[in-house]
Amino acid sequence: MNILTDTSVDSISTDETDHLTGDLLEISMGPQHPSTHGVFRMNVTLDGEQVVKLKPVFGYLHRNHEKIAETESYLGCMPYTDRLDYICSITNNWAYALAVETLAGIKVPERAEYLRVITGELTRLQNHAGLIGFLMQDMGASGTPLMYAFREREKILDLFEALTGARMMCNYMRFGGCRCDLPAGWLDGAKKVVEGFPKFLDEFESLLKTNEILMARTQGVGIVTKAQAINAGLSGPMARASGVDYDLRKVDKYGIYERFNFRVPLGEVGDVYDRYMLRVLEMRESVEILKQAIRDLPEGPIMDPGTKIRGFRPKAGEAYGRIEGPKGELGFYLISDGSPNPYRYRVRPPTLINLTLLEDMCLGHNVADIVIILGSIDIVLGEVDR
Amino acid sequence: MNLEEIKSQIEANVPGCRLEIIPNGSPSGQHSLLVDVEHGFTVASFLRDGATPRFDFCSNVTGIDWPVKEVSTKTKVKKIVDGVEKEVDEVVKSQTGGYLEVVYHLYSIEQREGPVVLRMRTEDRAERVHVPSLTPIWRSAEFQEREAYDLFGILFDGHPDLRRLLMWEGFVDHPMRRDYVDPDDYEYEPTAHDDVLKRAQAHRPAQEGGL
Amino acid sequence: MDEQLKSELRRQGVVATSLQELYNWGRKSSVWPLNFGLACCAIEMIAATMARYDLARFGAEVFRPSPRQADLMIVAGTVTKKMAPQVVRLYNQMPEPKYVISMGACAISGGPFKQGYNVLKGIDRYIPVDVYIPGCPPRPEALIDAFMMLQRKIDAQYLTGPGRPRHLDAETPSEFVVPEFGPHDLVPTSNSEVWSVPLVNISNAGKNEPGRD
Repeated sequence: MNILTDTSVDSISTDETDHLTGDLLEISMGPQHPSTHGVFRMNVTLDGEQVVKLKPVFGYLHRNHEKIAETESYLGCMPYTDRLDYICSITNNWAYALAVETLAGIKVPERAEYLRVITGELTRLQNHAGLIGFLMQDMGASGTPLMYAFREREKILDLFEALTGARMMCNYMRFGGCRCDLPAGWLDGAKKVVEGFPKFLDEFESLLKTNEILMARTQGVGIVTKAQAINAGLSGPMARASGVDYDLRKVDKYGIYERFNFRVPLGEVGDVYDRYMLRVLEMRESVEILKQAIRDLPEGPIMDPGTKIRGFRPKAGEAYGRIEGPKGELGFYLISDGSPNPYRYRVRPPTLINLTLLEDMCLGHNVADIVIILGSIDIVLGEVDR
Repeated sequence: MNLEEIKSQIEANVPGCRLEIIPNGSPSGQHSLLVDVEHGFTVASFLRDGATPRFDFCSNVTGIDWPVKEVSTKTKVKKIVDGVEKEVDEVVKSQTGGYLEVVYHLYSIEQREGPVVLRMRTEDRAERVHVPSLTPIWRSAEFQEREAYDLFGILFDGHPDLRRLLMWEGFVDHPMRRDYVDPDDYEYEPTAHDDVLKRAQAHRPAQEGGL
Repeated sequence: MDEQLKSELRRQGVVATSLQELYNWGRKSSVWPLNFGLACCAIEMIAATMARYDLARFGAEVFRPSPRQADLMIVAGTVTKKMAPQVVRLYNQMPEPKYVISMGACAISGGPFKQGYNVLKGIDRYIPVDVYIPGCPPRPEALIDAFMMLQRKIDAQYLTGPGRPRHLDAETPSEFVVPEFGPHDLVPTSNSEVWSVPLVNISNAGKNEPGRD
């Protein structure tokens, strides 16, 4: 932990009882801290081990995505979306493509919709697998769970690489469809990965689900109630762990999600354990969706032939498009003035808004719990700061 | 759910508020509701607590900069020229913009409805840039309003903690405004062109010493 | 010592070496990187340490969270102007000998975000960089390649004379100026000890002909 001297922590009022409890300790966790998942910083005030105040500091990865997008063409913004939440580039592409399609009224061919579901759910699998690995790492299970998670992640990245040419920055979707069709043998490889995935989950769960240390560290820590979650705009697994039944795949039914049979797992308590288990259950549902999508994948075109991708100029107007990203509701709000580049391009970052309740979750807990609470929120700084 | 219905609901319950439906020209059909700044807070709390459906989820808060822009519209006017009636194009110049805008996207989680797009506009872009903060109603607006303050310079009255979110304390400008000028940190490019070339030429006197 | 004699001796079970070789062999075989990720590239850096790519084969699996225990700083990702002072401060806190790998397009030049008002156009404006890896993000193999390149660089260093490692040369600086936040930009915008504005041939520039004056 770096104790920086130039922190901007507000000075703490000292009242007369302070000499009984001793001084409060102000520490700055981050921006260089092994557990903050990037360059996130929290100014924490501690009373002994207990957190009495926590102020997040953002902006250490503010890369001016929105400003740059105003000077780029609609197509030119697509690779930048890869670098928002850089673990799940494909779902970012999807959200942006959906927003542009809403803006311009573009229809997507059926095969492309299936390809989007397949790649999107694979993205969800690798994101959640990585997340639970990192969460265990934060909890002190150093190495092994993360190694297991990354072993699975690599298998999915291999599929992405075969399909798009890149491991992480896939840049796969276009408004009106997808960039390229499946290479030969890809579907068999995907089937193998999908069928092998539950085995990994079983293994992971048998190691950790009833692990006493895990339960002691996570149960009852960082509780968010349902009402709090809705008011603070939490979305995705964070909201559902608190019992908010709101999955955009069911609510908005974007794409072709209503064709698939899957359940939406919900948490009861809203603590770190629920958020952890919810992701494990969501991965099982994603596997189900993937099996159905791979089974039903039709033949056909992958791009809407009427869409002009280069020199694309939508009519003046605006649109908000959102999808259920692995981290929550990822939305794009686009305003067009009829020119080739967006007049205003706004990303609704799920992880920034999921951090709203960070202080409430941490108050009263020990300093070590901050790390796992933050880990359970699943932040990626590229998206928090943009 | 219809925006007209919601408008009449608000008008019946919040006396004196001035509402305007801003039509959206794109196929998305997401029209928006412009609320005056004085009643913005009351309208928002009515939408959360009194309206049907209740909009309990504020998803997205966006700041937008609309600098003053001259729009010339051509209209055909009949005029009598040299005693003969003729159709003449007349160019009417008008100004639009000149304000900052905040847009809220509201959803109802209970009824699964939305989005209702709520807009508020400041009086101008320089001094009178106040809008009411909706953070006391929806906490999800907390960081997003801070971001709009940071990048656009919109002042949210009633925000519990209005500080810069992304840029550092002591930064003076609001970089997402459309007239913001980047700091001039010239960067070498082997094939300088356009703006980069201009910058390189501007830096030329400083380079002469190294030659 | 004659190379042929050396290999002859080695066959007989006698290892003859110089102090410099031994010293450099020790240094290059256990380079401990700083556990420090900035953006997208950090994920590939983590992937490089995991089972498939296994950076541990090169003696670099021990990622230290504290700069005081690290030898190598992998600048993995976009350095924003808000983050740059912390990066330089971390570098200053590392003990000599210390090395820097600039991983990815952003750390080299600002990459795709170069036009951004808050993006530093290359970390080499403030600290000296030993190895640059292009890519957005570079693959784990590229990081391993950069790492091996760094090992070769360490191996080739003479312990005496000009160009010796910084920790053996009291004259060369080990700490660099930490920039401060100004009203629009960092102050100073670059450290003239390590970086100067590259010269560009403006007369040729319009003709797509790269070159320097």
